[in-house]
Amino acid sequence: MAEVALRKIVKRYDDVEAVRSIDLDIPDNEFVVLVGPSGCGKSTTLRMIAGLEEITSGEISIGGEVVNDLPPKDRDIAMVFQNYALYPHMTSFENMAFGLKLRKFPKAEIKQRVEHAARILDITELLERRPKALSGGQRQRVAMGRAIVRNPKVFLFDEPLSNLDAKLRVQMRTEIKRVHQKVKTTTVYVTHDQVEAMTLADRVVVMNNGIIEQIGPPQELYHKPRTRFVAGFIGSPAMNFIPCTLESHGGGMRVRVSDTVALPVPASRVAQYQGAVGRQLTFGLRPEHMTEPKQANGSGNGSDSDFTAILDVVEPMGMETMVYFTIDGTEVCGRVEPNAAGEAGASMRLHANMEHMHLIDPATGLVL
Amino acid sequence: MSTAAVSVPRARAKVRHASLRRSRRWALFASYFFLVMFAIFFLIPPYYMIVTSLKTDAEVAHMATNPWIIANGVTLDQFKILLTQTDFLIYFKNTAIVTVCVVIITMVVSVLAAFSLGRMKFWGSGILATGIFLTYLVPDTLLFIPLFQIVKAIGLLNSYWGMVLVYPTLTVPFCTWIMIGYFQSIPKELDEAALIDGAGHLQMLTKIFIPVALPGIIAATIFAFTVSWAAFVYPMTFLYSSDQQVLTVGTVTSLIRADVYKWGMLMAGALVAAAPPLIIYAFLMDYYIAGLTAGATKG
Repeated sequence: MAEVALRKIVKRYDDVEAVRSIDLDIPDNEFVVLVGPSGCGKSTTLRMIAGLEEITSGEISIGGEVVNDLPPKDRDIAMVFQNYALYPHMTSFENMAFGLKLRKFPKAEIKQRVEHAARILDITELLERRPKALSGGQRQRVAMGRAIVRNPKVFLFDEPLSNLDAKLRVQMRTEIKRVHQKVKTTTVYVTHDQVEAMTLADRVVVMNNGIIEQIGPPQELYHKPRTRFVAGFIGSPAMNFIPCTLESHGGGMRVRVSDTVALPVPASRVAQYQGAVGRQLTFGLRPEHMTEPKQANGSGNGSDSDFTAILDVVEPMGMETMVYFTIDGTEVCGRVEPNAAGEAGASMRLHANMEHMHLIDPATGLVL
Repeated sequence: MSTAAVSVPRARAKVRHASLRRSRRWALFASYFFLVMFAIFFLIPPYYMIVTSLKTDAEVAHMATNPWIIANGVTLDQFKILLTQTDFLIYFKNTAIVTVCVVIITMVVSVLAAFSLGRMKFWGSGILATGIFLTYLVPDTLLFIPLFQIVKAIGLLNSYWGMVLVYPTLTVPFCTWIMIGYFQSIPKELDEAALIDGAGHLQMLTKIFIPVALPGIIAATIFAFTVSWAAFVYPMTFLYSSDQQVLTVGTVTSLIRADVYKWGMLMAGALVAAAPPLIIYAFLMDYYIAGLTAGATKG
């Protein structure tokens, strides 16, 4: 087990800069998830840690040792791939034992390690089967087993659940978390699925366009995003972004989102936004904070935060209902109680929980 | 009203099913017809060979008899004489030595070449791979004159070891091309997993790629075997004494003297010579087809 450190890492392919000078420190035992859209550089970063891609510049160290010039086999890492990458001509046992055999471990120890990993992953009865005879989930378990038996310093996961169906993905997600709690190895996990990132990670690294947008625990990223990209990427459905003007109102402030709707800024935020009064900004609020009005919702200014909207689309989800409407031409999503919404086309009274509001500078994309 | 509404779709479905059955029947009939024609066309020569090889010289020479049947009784004399009174067994031994050596050389060279060209991306690897295939397109009827000079210069003229040297010019390019396609069809994550597991490139090749690409390797092996077993132009040009000759040329030159054709023995010789490739094909046909198709789609 070991800590991983990335210093000013750059990866350039001809004219394209895939990773642009990123710094990242991953302490021992931590489960870090790199998340971002396709092409953001997350897989490239993982592959550079693995040694499968050369770095253009910068420094990667594992366990305090700089590994820039070390081949993958000497980095003491194990990797789980999206398509499992199991050797098709070997049984599950042989797949898991392959790395140990190459490292000339005694046969008895190989057997003991493989059986131990198989017990952790509940695949003991699959050890004599070839990959062809295994389901997707079972293959992924064997691939994880192959990583576990090596007892490496770092586990690397490259979108390991993307090939599984939705139900199995949830099961395997829990399985990965359970395994990490048992073996406590430093883990770097790449995914484009923000739900996977939120549920698995001790810390999430959000990447976009080759840079790190924000690093933090899942709850911090969710509640205190630093940029519009992070605010929009984390959370499903995505945060609503509405063009607005910040204006003074009495002793406080209001966010004017349309000619008729101006929502009060909570008193606790007034000082924070003082310099931005009069500016054109972007108002951000998550759908779960755009609800039906309640008597005691603790949102500060009571009915001032309420407004009326004409519903365009109503999506009942069972435990909640999503409502879609427009404010001054911008589509907005709200999340209300199952029976609170009427039919599409009807008007509905909604409440914006302004304690959770964000104001974003449209020029820089930074959250104020 | 409702009855009519239900009965109309049923009638339509019936018509559609009947038409499907009829078109399937026609497709099957046409398939069988052409397959039988094809089989007859290709089985006539072997049948003629078997029939002729089991006749006496007198019956073969007798113009009045029906060439398609054995009228005067089956005899194995042609085979006996061929194997005991001619150099056929020497030719067979020479051919076997040449073929085994050529297959080994071809597979070692083409597997290594295909692995490096197909998997270890380096500058110019794509052009090199295409270049290797282009050399296959040069026919041996063009190559034999310059090759004659080379073989003569290294002192291997009239030695079957010269064949071991020149046959790979025919087999290596095509086998390399098949293997490049096969190796490229193996997911790249497999070698990355092997690299992380601690394998070097040679271990990756021997422990992962060769076992996984076995169908392709078998296909390439069969190709190399067939080419070197059946080569004619090179031995015809480079070999001239009986003790060095191979089957294809040896059988023809020793059993056709001027305008005297020993048809019975020629047919017996051709049958015995065709047996090894036939046996190999019969056992490895499935691998051969799988190997060729995988190479074809990814090449």
